[in-house]
Amino acid sequence: MSVVVHADQVSKIFRLGDVGSSTLTEDIRAAYYKILGKENPYLKMAVENDRTSGVSSDFVWALKDINFEVNQGEIVGLVGRNGAGKSTLLKILSRTTTPTQGEIKIKGKVASLLEVGTGFHPDLTGRENIFLNGTILGMRRSEIRDKFNDIVEFAGVQRYIDTPVKRYSSGMYVRLAFAVAAHLDPDILIIDEVLAVGDAEFQAKCLGKMKDVSDQGRTVLFVSHNMGAVADLCSRAILLKQGMIIQDGPTDSVIRTYVQQNMQVKLSDSSSLTDATVRRGTGHVRYEQIRMLNSAGEEVNEFFQGDKVIIEMTLKVIKPVNELLASISLRSGRTRDVVTSTKRNKIDSTNFKSGDIVNVRYEFPRLSLRPGVYETYYWLGDKSAETAFDVVDNLLPPIVVKLPIETNELFVSGYFDEPFTFEQISI
Amino acid sequence: MTSNSNKQWDMIIRPSGGLFDLKLRELWEYRDLLYLLVRRDIITVYKQTLLGAFWFILPPILNTAIYFVLFGVIAKVSTDGTNPILFYLTGLIAWGYFADCINRTSTTFRTNASIFGKVYFPRLIVPLSSVVSALIKFGVQLILLVAVLLFFLIRGENVHPQYAYFWLLPLLLLMMMFSGLAFGIIISSLTTKYRDLTNMVPFAVQLLMYATPVIYPASIIPAKYLWILHINPLTPLIESMRFIFIGSDQINWLMLGYSLVFTLVTLFIGLLMFNRTEKDFMDTV
Repeated sequence: MSVVVHADQVSKIFRLGDVGSSTLTEDIRAAYYKILGKENPYLKMAVENDRTSGVSSDFVWALKDINFEVNQGEIVGLVGRNGAGKSTLLKILSRTTTPTQGEIKIKGKVASLLEVGTGFHPDLTGRENIFLNGTILGMRRSEIRDKFNDIVEFAGVQRYIDTPVKRYSSGMYVRLAFAVAAHLDPDILIIDEVLAVGDAEFQAKCLGKMKDVSDQGRTVLFVSHNMGAVADLCSRAILLKQGMIIQDGPTDSVIRTYVQQNMQVKLSDSSSLTDATVRRGTGHVRYEQIRMLNSAGEEVNEFFQGDKVIIEMTLKVIKPVNELLASISLRSGRTRDVVTSTKRNKIDSTNFKSGDIVNVRYEFPRLSLRPGVYETYYWLGDKSAETAFDVVDNLLPPIVVKLPIETNELFVSGYFDEPFTFEQISI
Repeated sequence: MTSNSNKQWDMIIRPSGGLFDLKLRELWEYRDLLYLLVRRDIITVYKQTLLGAFWFILPPILNTAIYFVLFGVIAKVSTDGTNPILFYLTGLIAWGYFADCINRTSTTFRTNASIFGKVYFPRLIVPLSSVVSALIKFGVQLILLVAVLLFFLIRGENVHPQYAYFWLLPLLLLMMMFSGLAFGIIISSLTTKYRDLTNMVPFAVQLLMYATPVIYPASIIPAKYLWILHINPLTPLIESMRFIFIGSDQINWLMLGYSLVFTLVTLFIGLLMFNRTEKDFMDTV
């Protein structure tokens, strides 16, 4: 087995806050220290990247002493919470930024699917954009000419190839952009969670491409919050936390660590509402506490198939609302929502006053989900679907479902055990 | 498993450094991108507007008319006896190319931040493509200049194109291109961090134009201020241009040499600064 990615003591410092007027003086001071041969005073000020602590340093280590190797043909999942350093690591790998210290050696051509559609110009035709985008991604014109028909066919836009892409439907646009990226034939493919935003067909295509690439013996680095997809696709995972590698090993055990260590958030901590990517909403009514209980009333997040699952929530009314609905979803893998409380559940809000505490409870009498990791999504809002009061998206531990008997098959495919019979009717 | 030799690796990602590593070979490998970016610039200008290339020649015509009225008719500034329309038009078109190069390249990092943030390619390709596509615009304007020149030649006006020096034109053009590029990439490198510089660029370019004999001949400047024109590396470029096309001014070979050295030095400094900025500007922009 040959090593195709070798990261050695990679670290990256980020500057927090505005890069404004003070930087010129700081630069001059830093230069002054450099001339005197002293260490840059600003390097010392960098602290561990922990967003919840109130340390007032302006500099943080986005990555600190990252060491790992990836062998050819491996599919490695990079997991960790928002801000753990996954994207920074990807940016360094795709050379859009540089490390502050350390180095990464790479063998082969790197391409990443987060570059889909980069440089597309609305006024250019599909044909012109294929060439422009292809060369931006590092292909030669002759190479694109060779693959041109494949790209057009893959995207399914033959009839529109000489039409400006601004007249494309958004689906056609994305398909064309993806088709170019998919024909890069990289030795190492980097996929960011970004692909989760496309429609289901697009996601399936991305993941399908990923399978193809790895089947051809190429290497894939997959970054995701989606534990189901990581468990599905990766044999090995690397867990990042606050810019450091916490664990590097088989996917199952890394996911278990991630679930245990990394997802405990204090819901009442109002500062977390500011992170719009994971917790968003108007804040009229907020989750104070969400607890997952087993039938014995113990707070757990691992269940056996067939167990009773109770989810108790404490809500706090910040401003009275006309209407209050709650909903929860369990999510996994490629299709995302596996279980949803389809009808949003109405909570009587007629007598709400600011400061009121409301308790509600969901009960799943018999869990029929197959073993796996299911992310949780909690939503509070009203009938106009646009206004959410509070959303807790994958911030709390997922539900981990296990088989009652110990088996090696932790992750079986499919989501539900549907009762059925089987018989042979004839020869 | 890992050998210590670096030969087996295709790429090594390191902290910023290697100040003098200009990666010219990599630049050459991406020449197709340069071609397609220039093509994009030209196609999009033609596609967006009904009149297409007409917009290339309108600004010098309007500016010439304005300066002709303000300077020639009202203020009665001398043009050394040359036809004032040709005098302004030649100067403005030549200056316009230089200014265009600065303006287009000085925003390289900020206007392309979204592309630069997603994919790596030698960043220098982008400003290079800008100055090359500006050349197309200049070419169209040159046709206008030649047409106007022919018109006045046929009418027997006092214009004397110096055909013997036409070979110098490509060199002058290259010097304008690279000094514009050099200033532009220096500014764009600085503006990623010190953003307020952006606001000063149009003003500074305007000021520089008045410090260059574009809309007046050097002969009307009092002797005690002449040093400004002499240290200005753009003076010999504009004067030589005008000398070649309409026979006014003169070619000062010494100053042209100075201008060449100045261009090469600023270009070198610009490349170093650009090279340094491109590596981690995504963290500051």
